[in-house]
Amino acid sequence: MSGAADREPVFPTRQSLGIMKAKLKGAETGHSLLKRKSEALTKRFREITKRIDEAKRKMGRVMQIAAFSLAEVTYAVGGDIGYQVQESAKSARFRIRTKQDNVSGVLLPAYESYLTEGNNDFGLTGLGKGGQQVQRARETYARAVEALVELASLQTAFVILDEVIKVVNRRVNAIEHVIIPRTENTIKYINSELDELDREEFYRLKKVANKKQRDVAAQDAEMKARREKQAAEKGAAAAAADDKTVSSADLLAAEDDDDVIF
Amino acid sequence: MASHADFKDRQFLAVIGDELVPGLSTDVDQDSVTGLLLAGIGHVTTGSDAQKNFLIVDNKTETAAIESAFDRFTERKDIGIVLINQHVADKIRHRVDTYTAAFPTVLEIPSKDHPYDPEKDSVLRRVRRLFGE
Repeated sequence: MSGAADREPVFPTRQSLGIMKAKLKGAETGHSLLKRKSEALTKRFREITKRIDEAKRKMGRVMQIAAFSLAEVTYAVGGDIGYQVQESAKSARFRIRTKQDNVSGVLLPAYESYLTEGNNDFGLTGLGKGGQQVQRARETYARAVEALVELASLQTAFVILDEVIKVVNRRVNAIEHVIIPRTENTIKYINSELDELDREEFYRLKKVANKKQRDVAAQDAEMKARREKQAAEKGAAAAAADDKTVSSADLLAAEDDDDVIF
Repeated sequence: MASHADFKDRQFLAVIGDELVPGLSTDVDQDSVTGLLLAGIGHVTTGSDAQKNFLIVDNKTETAAIESAFDRFTERKDIGIVLINQHVADKIRHRVDTYTAAFPTVLEIPSKDHPYDPEKDSVLRRVRRLFGE
């Protein structure tokens, strides 16, 4: 196997040519499919990045409003409720669950927030005064967390899509720049080898035909020579036997003459 | 790739946030953790090794403690989203930047003392890089 050209280690036969052609076909189909997949994912990815950008800015505002409502609480209660809240936090009321979204075979998770019923860790917070503000702060923060959850699902989708797109693009490039050229090279190599074999075979056949022709010609010539020789020999023999034939002719002629009578 | 089993159990949010900062002139201090806990995301696992899903950071908190909390939250299987105040994230910026897993999602949130800066956000920086800015 010689040649700088990168190709697969196959024997140049018609069978492997068929295999290589099928492989090239498959690679081209796969390439176009993957390319389309990559495009679909990239489209989705761009949408998501745009939405992330918006959502991040929105989050900034929402958090600010929420922080303000907490400030109201602090003012109304007349002291810091942080420690009380931290100590009474036991079981999450605000939870998330995940659902899936399928984009061209990629599963994108999306978070969904929900409130569990019937547990309230902060029943006593703001009991003395400022209960209304506490309630409002809770609602505001719940909305803020909802926005955060939405942003988190966008971000997760972003991270996953980023990874998947990289993988898909790597595959597309590998097929485009490695597998297809290599298969084409292999096909070219097999074709040239087969052509070479064909030429060799043709030349050999021609040689054989030539040789046969020559042999036949030689045989003919020999035969002819032999025949000529034979003919010549026959001629000489005939000449030598000329007298005999005459006498015998005479003899034959004389047979008519005398009838033999018994 | 992320299988379903990877995230179906994740139902909590975790928070690494700032507590009120003593010495600040205003009498209304900001603490995101309190607010978020008020919204009802706080959860303490039952059992002997009770684990909180929130960490209060003040200016006495060691960076190592933040880091270990970050690691703990990102390794837990029942946490879907880790919220972290941006200025806290700045302290462990290398950790946040190198965190690339999809689950749990790490979300940087602003606090009032420290307005939100999109330039520092690890995800937004990636967004920007992708748009070639």
